[in-house]
Amino acid sequence: MATEQALADEMVDAVRTWVDRDVIPNVADFELSDEFPQAMFDQMCDFGLFGSTIPEEYGGLGLDITTYTRIIEELSRGFMSLAGLLNTHKIGAAMIGRFGTDEQRQRFLPRMCDGSFRAAFSLSEPDAGSDTGALRCRAERDGDEWVVNGTKMWVTNGMRSSLVMLLARTPDDRITCFLVEKEPGESFEGITVSKKIDKLGYRGIETVEMSYVDHRVPHANVLGGDDGIGHGRQYALSALELGRINVAARAVGVAQAAFDAAMAYSQQRETFGRPIFEHQAIQFKLADMATKLQAARLMTYDAARRADAGQRVDLEAGMAKLFASEAAFEIASDALRIHGGNGYTTEFPVERYFRDTPLMIIGEGTSEIQKLVIARKLLERFPVE
Amino acid sequence: MNVVVCVKQIPDPADPGQMDPETRTLKRDVKLILDESDSYGVEMGLQLVDAAGEGEVVLVSMVPNNEVSGLRTALAMGAGSAVLVSDEALAGSDALSTAKVLAAAIRRCEADLIITATESSDGYTGTVPVQIAELLDLPSATFAKSIEIDGDVAKVQRQTEDGYDEIECSLPCVVSVTAGVVEPRYPSFKGIMAAKNKPVDELDLAALGIDPATVGWAGARQEIVDIAEAPAGEAGEIIHDEGDAHERILAFLDDLKIL
Repeated sequence: MATEQALADEMVDAVRTWVDRDVIPNVADFELSDEFPQAMFDQMCDFGLFGSTIPEEYGGLGLDITTYTRIIEELSRGFMSLAGLLNTHKIGAAMIGRFGTDEQRQRFLPRMCDGSFRAAFSLSEPDAGSDTGALRCRAERDGDEWVVNGTKMWVTNGMRSSLVMLLARTPDDRITCFLVEKEPGESFEGITVSKKIDKLGYRGIETVEMSYVDHRVPHANVLGGDDGIGHGRQYALSALELGRINVAARAVGVAQAAFDAAMAYSQQRETFGRPIFEHQAIQFKLADMATKLQAARLMTYDAARRADAGQRVDLEAGMAKLFASEAAFEIASDALRIHGGNGYTTEFPVERYFRDTPLMIIGEGTSEIQKLVIARKLLERFPVE
Repeated sequence: MNVVVCVKQIPDPADPGQMDPETRTLKRDVKLILDESDSYGVEMGLQLVDAAGEGEVVLVSMVPNNEVSGLRTALAMGAGSAVLVSDEALAGSDALSTAKVLAAAIRRCEADLIITATESSDGYTGTVPVQIAELLDLPSATFAKSIEIDGDVAKVQRQTEDGYDEIECSLPCVVSVTAGVVEPRYPSFKGIMAAKNKPVDELDLAALGIDPATVGWAGARQEIVDIAEAPAGEAGEIIHDEGDAHERILAFLDDLKIL
């Protein structure tokens, strides 16, 4: 159901005000040192962001995808990692809401509204990502339980989460999704955070490797119940469709921040006796940046609106993600160039935008994978009769 | 514990408003927002109600065209209801007219405490809080940095140039709150949704029993005779250190009475 426009605007305004006042002035203090942004996380909980897309009947706010997309854009304009705190949680909640049994929805969704019980999403492995056929993490049935063994990679929020949406291979050789409950921390029963991954950007939020050794999961935690066995891949890909809109929105947010920085700097910095904005070389760059930013935003909103209208967005979400992430990388790069030597220092935020934007190109399917998916969907939609 | 907080809805200072050259007043036919200086009073009111464990914050506002967008922000923060006074005859109201209207609206609320900002961010007269107290025949304290309720008494720390005074006022009383003394909360999304359904009592002059001839342009006893552009900022002074820079900086700060 669409969120009422005036209310949506007020929520986005509240987040925007917070980002301007409390996020942007403080990010540089801890971003490079990779500290968890605890105070910002707490305010995100106070806003009610973690339950924002969970249906009202389970205690959430039931916001539509368009409003959520605008919020992600605002968060990313300030600090892209904040969007990452939310995204895996939203993917988890969406999977439970869409594919969980009634009992699973009742058991999990009300706990997922206030940020105290957060979800991570775990598909990738050291040798498997978008090629889900190569997944090696296994789950074997043992009575009323499943025994999980394997290693998972790139688990965003893996350590601090209480729930992992785990994709593992079951004896039918298909992929099944398990709702793995755990205590937040470096180890719990058969689960160990075996490595914290140091990253170029996207700092402050943990991305970890997690190892499972004979970890037992109740059969009641197979997503979708008995019918869900072997359907994990389909569930995950469906959730990632919305995830791609989220990644596109992040790209738009960071691109906006980079453009704003370049626009301001170009009017303040003078060379040859005039602001550099008056040089045509800079004007052309800014014109291209603004145009790409506008196109990226419109594609992202279009995908979100179609998703809200219940339409298929496999093609549109992929296109938005592909275009917006590449545009954001180019815009951040141009913003850095416009800043000259200053852009290469940590005194100005553009170096962070430059470090953060590659994530959107790579995460949730690289640009190359997006093109493959887009091409495949084109053939499905436009076959020759 | 019922706390009335007077709030003003003003044109967004980030989007500078225009002056009407004829009336020499600010044009107010744009989207209005909650005056930031009032958000501190709203926060303080909410904290006092929380501490008391019962009651609510009631907003009182006078505004053109029944505008509620700024009120919605304060309701989303947690205020329980609002009284909104709007009447075409109020255009051109001076500070005393404003105080008369707010006082009349406050009389309809069973207030234990009335909180205001020290001054609005668009008018800056700073006279309305004490005028309200006088019209309601209530004690008042100004420039509060903190308020604590102890039985029938408000213990107020009142900011001064040198520190603060500790004073006590019997309740009910009017207290003006200095900007920046508390951290106003951001409205939660649930608060934003709930604000839509909170009661806003919309009143005109007739409902308050105020004669239109005594307020607005008709009743104004204060006239703005001239307005001028704010002077542009002057270039700063650069002090080159020749061994005495620290002394010159100290003298500069001393002149500004910062030290």
